[in-house]
Amino acid sequence: MITLDKLSKVFETPGGGTVIAADQVSMEVPEGEICVLLGPSGCGKTTTLKMINGLIPKTNGKIHVAGRDTDELNPVELRRSIGYVIQQIGLFPNMTIQDNICVVPDLLGWDKNKSRKRAAELLELVNLDPGIFLNRYPKELSGGQQQRVGVIRALAADPPVLLMDEPFGAIDPINRAVIQDEFLKMQKEIRKTIAFVSHDIDEAIKMADKIAIFRDGKLEQYSSPDDLLARPANDFIASFLGSDRTLKRLSLLSVSDVMLGDQIRVTAQDDVSRARDMMREAGHKNIVMVGPQGRARGFVHLNDIADVQGRVEEHYQALPTVVNVHDDLRTAVSRMFRHDTTWLACVDDDGFFKGFITQRAISHALGATYRDAATVAAK
Amino acid sequence: MSIKDTLKQDNIRTRIAFVIGLVFGVGLMAGEQGFLGDIWRYYSEDIIYLAKQHVILVLVSSGLAILVGVPAGIWLSRDWMARYSETALQIFNIGTTIPTLAILALSITLLGIGFTPAVFGLWVATLLPIVRNVYQGLREVPAYLKEAATGMGMTPRHILLSVELPNALYVIFAGVRTAVAVNVGTVPLAFLIGGGGLGELIFTGIDLNDPQMLLAGAIPVALLSMLADFLLAKAQYWLIPRGVNPLR
Amino acid sequence: METLLFISQNLDVILERTLQHLSIVGVAIGLAILTGVPIGILITLNQRAADIVLYVAAIIITIPSIALFGLMIPVLSLIGHGVGYLPAVIAVLLYSQLPIIRNTYTAISNVDPALREAARGLGMTPIQRLRRVEIPLAVPVVMAGVRIAVVMNIGITAIAAYIGAGGLGVFISRGISQSDPRQLITGALMVSILAIASDYFLLWVQKRLTPASSSSAAPAH
Repeated sequence: MITLDKLSKVFETPGGGTVIAADQVSMEVPEGEICVLLGPSGCGKTTTLKMINGLIPKTNGKIHVAGRDTDELNPVELRRSIGYVIQQIGLFPNMTIQDNICVVPDLLGWDKNKSRKRAAELLELVNLDPGIFLNRYPKELSGGQQQRVGVIRALAADPPVLLMDEPFGAIDPINRAVIQDEFLKMQKEIRKTIAFVSHDIDEAIKMADKIAIFRDGKLEQYSSPDDLLARPANDFIASFLGSDRTLKRLSLLSVSDVMLGDQIRVTAQDDVSRARDMMREAGHKNIVMVGPQGRARGFVHLNDIADVQGRVEEHYQALPTVVNVHDDLRTAVSRMFRHDTTWLACVDDDGFFKGFITQRAISHALGATYRDAATVAAK
Repeated sequence: MSIKDTLKQDNIRTRIAFVIGLVFGVGLMAGEQGFLGDIWRYYSEDIIYLAKQHVILVLVSSGLAILVGVPAGIWLSRDWMARYSETALQIFNIGTTIPTLAILALSITLLGIGFTPAVFGLWVATLLPIVRNVYQGLREVPAYLKEAATGMGMTPRHILLSVELPNALYVIFAGVRTAVAVNVGTVPLAFLIGGGGLGELIFTGIDLNDPQMLLAGAIPVALLSMLADFLLAKAQYWLIPRGVNPLR
Repeated sequence: METLLFISQNLDVILERTLQHLSIVGVAIGLAILTGVPIGILITLNQRAADIVLYVAAIIITIPSIALFGLMIPVLSLIGHGVGYLPAVIAVLLYSQLPIIRNTYTAISNVDPALREAARGLGMTPIQRLRRVEIPLAVPVVMAGVRIAVVMNIGITAIAAYIGAGGLGVFISRGISQSDPRQLITGALMVSILAIASDYFLLWVQKRLTPASSSSAAPAH
């Protein structure tokens, strides 16, 4: 856990003036969560981060890391107990990957065999073959590979807390998305307490359990990504998040959150009249046809079978696309738009039909928070 | 010149240096009867004796310059020296433009004639490029490396030894190479202030208008200089770790 | 004090030897630019030739100047100029080749390919491209090479006093042989001032020639 209590930083400018880089920042990053410090450049997010490990000395306030007051710790000891990742990665060119990963364990005087073994394990954790990479030098690695090593180097001594200063900022967008996903997957297992600086809203929404928005050294809002997007505290935050902030929420919600799980379905052998009845009863214009095991196979439209006879298999159409229940709404909406449809069948990882999702349901879900807010305000 | 060019240059350099050495060697042996053979017959003892003095001058003066120059460069590069280091660097830049003969001449007026003033003059001429490159090499180590090192909990001493110096090593070595080249080029002049060395044969040869004596000094001096540069190039290639050596 | 007196009494000799010194360096550097720059441009056309030329120039520069004089005396004696002005000029000419050729070569081959592309796109012939794009861009870098060469050769010309070329080195050589600190200090001082002044003057010229927008730095010595 990281706790900041009225943390301030005042810089003196060469001209004799002062600049308040951080102004009474109070916040708490709960155990095992990622907190993204977000804001325009010069807002104080990086200063705040660097005060946590003492790279920038604080002017006022208190910092507790993992329950200990940092004032009572030797800064060198403190830093060895906090993982640190920077945008420029900062792998030491004179050391092999192995030695780079083992910097902090070596500083802590760990057994060399133990730390070298850990280096190999960590490399495997980020899908780099230790046999190939342990004895390479940083310049022999691609940018993405270097960044992965930069992250596991910070994890080498298994610190409870991690500070990351725009860690994926220098990587091209495609690789960045891959590394972000890898990192989130890793975080599910390692559950570190992470303070993460970013200037990229989309990255923040994707990575964060909580987002702290800074402006001019002040912490403007500190809440979960969904809450932030749904209820920005003021106009600055609203405009910083962008006029499309509601759309950004799409990537925070998963298909299962808004899926209509009613299980109406037909099989190929069913009679069309049965399909008609089911649709009329449920008030739907379409019904999904499943295979013998329950996998989504196709659908029939009410108009197509309004006055025909026979079995479903003679009249069904192929599904243009389906969506996985674990996908986010952004993916679902994108597929709907691409195929010009207002609904999608939802399937699980094995292709079994689980329900369907409609544009109406999505817009209802996104609008819900605003209606809640309006109700609260009305009271 | 880009680093790749330097690499290629060094490669070719190695080969051509080998060829030149071979030509001179064969020349010396085949010339047993000829001009070079005569020189060798008349002057071999002098050449060997003076070459020893010559090499000692180089080793002592450049060794001392390295011993003093590297710590001095490190000291100048520390943050608490930042206020003075730019001025110091300006002075060093001016210092390196001062011709070596002038430095030797000033050395005589301070210390008189002999081995010590010769070593002192050579030491000064060699020291400046070393200090300058150590300083520049250390200042050029990217700030983010130092930040990463500090952030991971390294002490300043640790950072100097395991981050700054290794990453500045290439530039530092380039400085040593330049400095030793200046040194080797100046050592023949040490004779003028009583420091001995192969310069004796050259200057005496000029004075006596004796081409054989002249060449008995000039050829070994030229060969020794090329050898020194060649050895340093090899050392630069092999001594600097692969991760920070742009040549490898 | 004695030295100051010596200087004030010998201003005419000092001036004369300074001019001698400058004439050796000036003539040789002039010739070096006339030879080095075309060579530097030509070798951009062929990598192998570039390697060899730069290598030979690098070898020459490793030879200590007094040894080079020593090697030239027997050869030049054949045409009756073993000592004096000619070997000094030739030595300076040779020593200047590396910095000038190398900087020209580097500058021309480092011209931004996009600029070259643009020049071609505008319909310039290779010669026009060289004259109107590449050479103007290369000038500051070449000047940096000239500066290095001049400073180095002011020192080497001082040594040339020993082969009878005259110049400020004469004060030093006489100072040593006559154990006269006045001449010694005068010589050392004048040569140093000349080198430092030339360095600053040429740096100023180099900056004047560098277009404000161009940031191409001169390669290190």
